[in-house]
Amino acid sequence: MGFLLRRLAQTLLVMGAISVIGFALLDGLEPAVPAEHSIWQRYLQFAAAALRLDFGDSAFFHEPALDIVVRYLPATLELFMTSALLTLLLAIPLGVYTAIRPRGLLARCCLAGSAIGISMPVFLTAILLIQLFAIGVNVTPFPPGTDWGAWLNALLSTDGGMPAYGRGNPVHVWGSWYTNFSTWQGLGYLLLPASALASVMLPLFVRLIRAEMLEVLESDYVKFARAKGLSSARIYFVHALKNALLPVMTIGGMQFGTLAAYTLLTETVFQWPGLGLMFLDSIERSDIRLLVTYLMVMGGILVVTNVVIDLLYLWLDPRIQLNGRTP
Amino acid sequence: MALLEVNGLDVQFPMRQQPLQALRGVAFHLERGERLGIVGESGAGKSVLAFSLLNLLSRPGFINAGSIRFEGQELVGLSERRLRRLRGRRLAMIFQDPMMTLNPLLTIGQQMVETLHAHRRLTRREARALAIGRLGHVQIAEPELRLRQYPHELSGGMRQRVVIAIALLLDPDIIIADEPTTALDVTTQANLIALLRQLCDKHNVGLILISHDLGVINQLTQRTLVMYAGSIVEQGPTRVLINDAQHPYTQGLVNALPQLTPPRQRLRQIPGPLPDPLDSPVGCAFHPRCPYRFHDDGTPREDCLARAPRLESAGEGRVACHWVRELHEIPTFEETST
Repeated sequence: MGFLLRRLAQTLLVMGAISVIGFALLDGLEPAVPAEHSIWQRYLQFAAAALRLDFGDSAFFHEPALDIVVRYLPATLELFMTSALLTLLLAIPLGVYTAIRPRGLLARCCLAGSAIGISMPVFLTAILLIQLFAIGVNVTPFPPGTDWGAWLNALLSTDGGMPAYGRGNPVHVWGSWYTNFSTWQGLGYLLLPASALASVMLPLFVRLIRAEMLEVLESDYVKFARAKGLSSARIYFVHALKNALLPVMTIGGMQFGTLAAYTLLTETVFQWPGLGLMFLDSIERSDIRLLVTYLMVMGGILVVTNVVIDLLYLWLDPRIQLNGRTP
Repeated sequence: MALLEVNGLDVQFPMRQQPLQALRGVAFHLERGERLGIVGESGAGKSVLAFSLLNLLSRPGFINAGSIRFEGQELVGLSERRLRRLRGRRLAMIFQDPMMTLNPLLTIGQQMVETLHAHRRLTRREARALAIGRLGHVQIAEPELRLRQYPHELSGGMRQRVVIAIALLLDPDIIIADEPTTALDVTTQANLIALLRQLCDKHNVGLILISHDLGVINQLTQRTLVMYAGSIVEQGPTRVLINDAQHPYTQGLVNALPQLTPPRQRLRQIPGPLPDPLDSPVGCAFHPRCPYRFHDDGTPREDCLARAPRLESAGEGRVACHWVRELHEIPTFEETST
């Protein structure tokens, strides 16, 4: 159990560090406790309240700050899950394909596209998506009188009409949780913001999976699998991909924090009422308690994600054992 | 007709500047149940030869000339689908490093059963029973337990036994073993050599054993090919080859055996490195390192500098060397053909 205990200790340490930052922010800008107490007493009071999940009231909403965060959380989680799903569904086949056919035309296009995707800022992608699919473009460079001209113009023009503002009418599930997942219309609202967010991660993951696959494909056990006469599908997707995904998972977990930042930008462009939007609003309103609560909750989510990834590792890689020794 | 017949095999690796010729006109044959050794230094082309037999060369290598006939069927240019049906079923392979050969994320059982399923319609239970039987053949204790274990839970010697068991799963006709004992300690090596020999005899499996260790070759094989810079320079019965080497390179290899060096003397090694495959010498590829490249009076032997020697009969085997040809007064190829 050494592994889990060590992991738990690390988690507590990280949460402690985050709480210090949160406390510093709060104590500097909006001291809750009279200043005659020593800084240690003030911190301990803050930490004790935080452990009871009491972060005080939001100055703007006049409600417990945690309730506000919990209210905005589902929108962000749904946006994040949709874009993560899009990324996975596209990155794995594209990464594998570009690794096994490195010289193919499609592979070269993919890599060129991913270079553009990596360098394009998410708000620009988002605005482009809105122009193309929400507003629509009408292209008329070809003579509209001819058949081929009309056909090409129609091909290059887009209708628009996709929803690109807010969440629409999400369906109430439970408590303060509303979902976009239950109706086609709700999913329609998710599509553009989730695509914009996925455009940040997708190129990175395609390249990562491709690089790991290229390395694994040169390994002896893949050669041995071929020498055993296994089918290509089994070699690529069982022998190679499984090994290639382990490091991808680690880096994916580390990208989680970056993704939170991109969520902020995406939510702003699409006015998606999630945590990112709430965070920016609370900065404008100097709602320090809400800011600190956001910080603590996001920190908690990041830490938990990394623990979950470690547990996944434990499950996927038989060489890592619970006692913490790696043979 | 021999079980496996290789003729004029050329393997090339296209490089940015110029192609690298890894094999040049390699020819040999293997009879059913015969054990053949291939010996040579690292870089001589032994492994490339092993991998080319089943078209498993790593990119960008490819066979650019020659023929490989297995039971009369041409393997060069055979479709990937048909080759796949031969791999593992008729021709199996054993790799050098048992630490790297098995997939670390799959159990021994999964890696054995998938091999069976790739070639035969078996139920899971039948496949498991077969796998357990084969693990017994390679003298692995508690085979049921091993099936559930992962490679990292087994020792190096045990892993190589598992690899041999996988190679034997489908009763192949030929096992191609690329340095199967090199990565193991000496005791394990001896056990594995005895085991391989016994299994090949019992199941009448042909063996192509690739090694740089003449000792291992001597213990396991009946006939041996000596490779140098992508070509076969000598071939013959293993015992004859070791006791009465003809080619200067083979002589060098035999002399370099530590067992033959008197105690407290420096090991006798062949001077100089293997030629750069992108810049091989004109004439005989071995001549820059050859002690016989000069006549007795000190003048260079012109043949050695001018023409690559051909494999020609000498004694019980065949040798590619101008010096040996002169020694045996064998007429040159041109003279015999006229």
